Amino acid sequence: MFAKFFQGAAMTAAMAIAGTLPAKATDLQFYFPVAVGGGAAETIESLTKEYMELNPGVNIDAVYAGSYQDTITKVITASRGGNAPQLSVALSVDMFTLIDEDLILPFDDFIKTEEDQAWLDSFYPAFMENSQTGGKTYGIPFQRSTPVLYWNKEAFAAAGLDPNTPPANWTEMVEMGKALTKRDANGNVLQWGVRIPTSGFPYWLFQGLTTQNDVILANSDGNQTNFDDPKVVEALEYLVSLSEEHGVMEPGIVEWGATPKAFFEGQTAMMWTTTGNLTNVRKNAPFDFGVAMLPANKRRGAPTGGGNFYLFKGTSDEQLSASVDFIKWITEPEQSAKWTMATGYVAPRPATWDTDTMKAYAKDFPPVLVARDQLEFAVAELSTYQNQRITRIFNDALAAAITGQKDPATALQEAQAQADAILKPYRVGQ
Amino acid sequence: MTRRDWIHGWLLVLPAMAFLVLFTHLPAITTIWNSFFSTPRGRRPAMFVGLDNYERLLNDPIFWKVLTNNLWFALGTIPTSIALAIAMALFVNRRFMGRGFVRMAYFTPTVLPLIAVANIWLFFYTPGFGLIDQVIGLFGYGQTNLLGEPDTALAAIMVVTIWKEAGFFMIFYLAALQTIPPQLTEAARIEGANGWTIFRRITFPLLMPTTLFVSVNAVINSFRLVDHIFILTGGGPDNASSLLLFYIYETSFRFWDTAYGATLTVVMLALLCLLAIGQFFFFDRKVHYK
Repeated sequence: MFAKFFQGAAMTAAMAIAGTLPAKATDLQFYFPVAVGGGAAETIESLTKEYMELNPGVNIDAVYAGSYQDTITKVITASRGGNAPQLSVALSVDMFTLIDEDLILPFDDFIKTEEDQAWLDSFYPAFMENSQTGGKTYGIPFQRSTPVLYWNKEAFAAAGLDPNTPPANWTEMVEMGKALTKRDANGNVLQWGVRIPTSGFPYWLFQGLTTQNDVILANSDGNQTNFDDPKVVEALEYLVSLSEEHGVMEPGIVEWGATPKAFFEGQTAMMWTTTGNLTNVRKNAPFDFGVAMLPANKRRGAPTGGGNFYLFKGTSDEQLSASVDFIKWITEPEQSAKWTMATGYVAPRPATWDTDTMKAYAKDFPPVLVARDQLEFAVAELSTYQNQRITRIFNDALAAAITGQKDPATALQEAQAQADAILKPYRVGQ
Repeated sequence: MTRRDWIHGWLLVLPAMAFLVLFTHLPAITTIWNSFFSTPRGRRPAMFVGLDNYERLLNDPIFWKVLTNNLWFALGTIPTSIALAIAMALFVNRRFMGRGFVRMAYFTPTVLPLIAVANIWLFFYTPGFGLIDQVIGLFGYGQTNLLGEPDTALAAIMVVTIWKEAGFFMIFYLAALQTIPPQLTEAARIEGANGWTIFRRITFPLLMPTTLFVSVNAVINSFRLVDHIFILTGGGPDNASSLLLFYIYETSFRFWDTAYGATLTVVMLALLCLLAIGQFFFFDRKVHYK
């Protein structure tokens, strides 16, 4: 923490000195969040340093800005105060909020050559869904993820199941879950069948269930939600039934942060969590584990998640061009491969997976490919105007249903009514 | 000479006044002013909307929920932590082996930042492998999910707050206890008073100035302490453990609805002013000053 502070201070001082020199350098400020453990911050800093060595005319001040939530708060505050950074990584779902605040620029203005256009077209379409609206591209995928199912092979074998076959659909997940749930003589649970965490941002994993039930939660203009769709209600009923009816999942709100630990401790035989935890699980699981796509229902499906690069208004064209150049460089296959291996985030371009580095890594550790293969079935993460508030309403409705305060249909109808009231002004002129 | 005096007086309060005005009064007035406008968004500037924000507040179920929660939170934490503080202070005011150690143990939670405290308690509360579940598991009880159930989430948060606050209040009581002249208790003993009568008739009344001070602080803290909510529950499930200040933070810095955030803040300011005035004017009469 302090080291980072002094490093930052030293960098600022260095920049101040550089500013007085006649040779003019382009100064960029770059905010980045860290949402997973491991060496994420170090990797970003070393990549930035590498870029500066290759481009002596550019000075990048990489500022660690906390969690995703902290980062967006800092970016908006700085922009309102007239000190916007040139570029920042922030949640892809905050795109509409940033547009609404009139803070970001589309990348299209900086796409001049065919080569540039080819770069823009080279990302997985599933990731671009959360990055484009109204025919313009506002975000470049960088630290992107998707939820996957992890299962404990030893627990499967102990329960008499095939350790190499994860559940393929909803029914199988319940059946296997029943076989895997172990109770002591008093009826107290020793091991749950499955764990779908529901604290903090339950909408994300729940979106896995809705997608599998073949329904989309919000339109691509970000001004209409489908929370009360019968298929959404059905998905929520399924989630609630896991604890209430089938008794294969811990009742009440299930903590997100404690989920990997519960998996390592044998408290649960299967868990749903982000692929960003892959390296963590690989290092800490004391048993043989498997990684699979989320089970299917009407179709396969999962949301995408994670952060994009954004370009901020309020600085010179020269600085913005330099920023775009940096973003292009850092999303190149070699750099992107380093990033994926350090964290477990899904490399956002097919080209990265074709590099020798990634091929070797995937050969050694095939589970990394699961998230990539699931992209084919992935949809945009729930994102609307006033995103934080809308997702909060939705989260509250899910929590109310999970804790049995409201039945799923009522909770979702109320949430839809509230969302409609907030999104109404954004539907004008359509 | 008298004229000089008031200049002198004003000069003496000037530094404190300047900071108070700059960091307390001006922001408060700006907040009240902002609550009559709409939230500016990038494309739409703020507009004067009169009392619209207040109307919305009256119709906002979450506002009423967090206000009720805050009331329960205050009722649940203040008397308990004060009673606990007096009990602990009376205990460590006596002479016994290891007194210094016990005093330190009681005071430790105060020294820890609330965020750290919340992380410790998060481990206690974790279902399955948390401390509480491990301990009750030994007696054959099953898993609990105190933070994940709407009926227990707020109570779980209150326990953390009491644990954190009681030691801090104890210090004030301990200091007050040591200023009570021992002759009074000795005289009472000679008259044949038992321990409880001494406490009720002598010690407690003489502690009243401290109780006033502590209770004012406790009331303020019950509206001010929300750090642990960020770590423990995030206000959930379904706002069951959300408090007024936490809701203000979310509205202003997560939803960026600054005008509504200002409106909520005005309510909180008014509430705190009322409570402080009430405490000083009504409670004060019962306080025995020397």
